[in-house]
Amino acid sequence: MGGELKACEPWKAQLGVYLDGELTGEEMRAFDAHVRSCPSCAADALAQVQMKRAVQVAGRRFTPSEALRQKIQRTVAVRSSRRTLSWQWAMGLALAGLLLGTALSLSYFGKSHSNDEAMQSEMADLHVAALASSAPVDVVSTDRHTVKPWFQGKIPFTFNLPELQNSDFSLLGGRVTYMEQSPGAHLIYQVRKHFISVLIFQERPGQERDRNGARVKSPAKAYSFNTETWSQDGLRYFVIGDTGEDDIHRLAELLKNAART
Amino acid sequence: MYVREARPQTGSFEDLAMPLFDQLYNFAHWLTHDRVEAEDLVQETYAKALRGFSSFAPGTNFRAWMYRILRNTFLTTRTGLKATSTVPLDTDDEGPELAVTPETPETILLERANQQLVREALEELPPPFREILLLCEVEEMSYQEIGEALSIPLGTVMSRLSRARADLRKRLLPKLARG
Repeated sequence: MGGELKACEPWKAQLGVYLDGELTGEEMRAFDAHVRSCPSCAADALAQVQMKRAVQVAGRRFTPSEALRQKIQRTVAVRSSRRTLSWQWAMGLALAGLLLGTALSLSYFGKSHSNDEAMQSEMADLHVAALASSAPVDVVSTDRHTVKPWFQGKIPFTFNLPELQNSDFSLLGGRVTYMEQSPGAHLIYQVRKHFISVLIFQERPGQERDRNGARVKSPAKAYSFNTETWSQDGLRYFVIGDTGEDDIHRLAELLKNAART
Repeated sequence: MYVREARPQTGSFEDLAMPLFDQLYNFAHWLTHDRVEAEDLVQETYAKALRGFSSFAPGTNFRAWMYRILRNTFLTTRTGLKATSTVPLDTDDEGPELAVTPETPETILLERANQQLVREALEELPPPFREILLLCEVEEMSYQEIGEALSIPLGTVMSRLSRARADLRKRLLPKLARG
């Protein structure tokens, strides 16, 4: 009897894999034959199936609210229609370009315009999502010497943060964020009653830079927010908030100066 | 016996993502233990997935991709960081499969009254064990899908799953004995 159980040990060790349907066809057939002829393994198989079912029932436990479903459905639908409109607009531009005999240049313009718009839209989403979250920052600190090291090991790059002693900006903290699956730093600053997001990602191939390595864009509006974005030393910076253009620009300049040090 | 197959998927983001809403929320709630946090997590997952949908390769496994985004997002939250920092990693993941212990309590698990005990035992499991059991038993994912969702190799899926089941049984025994 003891010998039989010992002989069954290799089968029992594979029982879970067998019941998960993860053995190959030949292994599965061999296992089927063994279980039919071995009462001990058959009993264990039955017990494990019951356990799987129990976990399955117990695991289906939490139901989302209808409000959340509608909220996400709306977001998905709005973004999809926004993308469709953007695509139609780009196609319109390309067609006009063809008619005017400048198809190549106009199609390039349409593409870069749509890329910028998509990027600004993403920035706005990240900013709003962070502020709407119950925990906007994961490292809560006004000290740049605390916030910066917190990101070490969490994102694949480092960055400098400005000294804010003589300014009306204050640092609230930071969190790791993602843009198109690339990890980056999301810092939240406050100026008076306004919150400003600073998002830093690694620059991607294809983003053009000027001779000094800095690609500075004039302040722009993104879905009612003021924004400023530039590339510096291989990093892409985004500053976005509901405060005035001047505040956004002043914080951008502080960040640029800090990055140079 | 369960036979599961990961089907490659194509379609619009809305068509692919909305049918996963209930199960993603369930998984998020199990991870966070909190309704508000779970709602934030699901919202953020959908926002990130929508933004990154252009990088999703059509024909590959969309469900595993969504779960990976949700889990990675969870790991960057306060609760996720706490969970990963307080639970020791199963460093011997690549170890051999564990044989079933003879005194398995499954035979007395059929009654619905015991569902509460199974839930309690699931709650007590270390997060890596809980999540892999949920993906395997509740979501009925294949080992390959689980590996993609958790970003771990196939061998680790098998050994971690085996340990998770053994741990669950170990926690259930005293509960069932107490009745």
